[in-house]
Amino acid sequence: MSNDYKTIVKDGIWNNNVVMSQMLALCPLLAVTGTATNGLGMGLATIVVMIVASTIISMSKGIITQEVRIPVFVLLIAGIVTLVDMYINAYMHELYKVLGLFIPLIVTNCAILGRVESFASRNEILPSMTDGLMMGIGFTLILVVLGATREITGSGTLFANASLLLGESFSFLEITLIEDYKGFLLMILPPGAFIALGFILAGKRVIDRKMATTKTNEFPVIQPVSGH
Amino acid sequence: MPKGVKDPSYRKRIGYHAGLLAGIALIVSAVLAIGNKQTKAEIELRLEEDMRASLNMVLPPSLYDNDLLAKTSTIITNNGEEKQIYVARKKGKTVGVAFKMAEQGYAGPIQVMIGIDYNGEILGARVISHLETPGLGDKIEEKKDDWILGFDGLSLENTSIDQWAVKKDGGRFDQFSGATITPRAVVNAITKGLSFFKEKVKPELVIKKPEKDKEVSHEQ
Repeated sequence: MSNDYKTIVKDGIWNNNVVMSQMLALCPLLAVTGTATNGLGMGLATIVVMIVASTIISMSKGIITQEVRIPVFVLLIAGIVTLVDMYINAYMHELYKVLGLFIPLIVTNCAILGRVESFASRNEILPSMTDGLMMGIGFTLILVVLGATREITGSGTLFANASLLLGESFSFLEITLIEDYKGFLLMILPPGAFIALGFILAGKRVIDRKMATTKTNEFPVIQPVSGH
Repeated sequence: MPKGVKDPSYRKRIGYHAGLLAGIALIVSAVLAIGNKQTKAEIELRLEEDMRASLNMVLPPSLYDNDLLAKTSTIITNNGEEKQIYVARKKGKTVGVAFKMAEQGYAGPIQVMIGIDYNGEILGARVISHLETPGLGDKIEEKKDDWILGFDGLSLENTSIDQWAVKKDGGRFDQFSGATITPRAVVNAITKGLSFFKEKVKPELVIKKPEKDKEVSHEQ
């Protein structure tokens, strides 16, 4: 059983990462990663929605039929996102001012629909929750890495305005890496996101290949390259 | 759905699918309605607080003694747009007004809240919402740069009209490196706000004593 969870964790964060392997959620990914802080905010909001959606859909998998599953999932996800939006606005208003922009974007995130369809609707509640959490963390990781890359190259800072998102105690995260940096507009604008994402994907391939060769050296078995 | 799970025959009927979808839609709408009812009052309260906070930044609270949100006036601009004016009074006398101006920036509309005293001098201006590029155009926000404070105390009287532009256009306000459109839009919004005050708001609310049902001016 614990082995299963290990696979879920590994899949979510690395092997089957939402962005790096499944190539999902590119729209919100490219839209909000101008700074690392924005990426983190979007990631946190997505984690919450992903866990709740996975749990609810895993619970109701017994009654949902194959034929109408997609509209039902979309309905549930949209409902959850709207609820989260309303409650954060009402009771965590300071956070809402920062995250509010991202929350409606989550509905358009096909990664959630994808995970719900391919995992939560076929598995028990606990593994589904774990899967939601891990896929969310994997997504957040990429958001932060991409956001940080673009922020450093584009404006020379890192985690600018993190204190607005996480509270004053996190202001130590805000670093100006390059003083008097003139800014590199291309990286802040959408093309920069594509370029940086390309490097990240290439980087993952390189690491995966290296790991595969070390493995084959240890156990000389020819492993089929899994294509996604 | 896993194939092995028992699949009773009623599940294959179209009625079950339709009923399922309708049932879930009903449950989701019911939950949303409850959520909306629970949060509505709270959200309105929060929005009002936000409004008060942005008004406090452009109209120093020490200047007036009335409740700005209790009663607002509506004045129609030259474009036929209805504008809400927040009027600050001290002992019944109008000491200043605040209103929002919107101008197209680089990536979308920029909303600026402007506070103007009865003489037409700017008490304060703040960008309350914008979609400009983080790191470039967002220096118009007060918490990121003190550029916006440069407008304080200026008016159409003490600053000639051709000075109301960014330096690149021959005016007095700095543009940002890599971003000229954004500060230009803010300068335009504030300039338009000042002339709106001079032409419409001042005659209606400052010179004339405002009466209850005569607060809407009409377009000629």
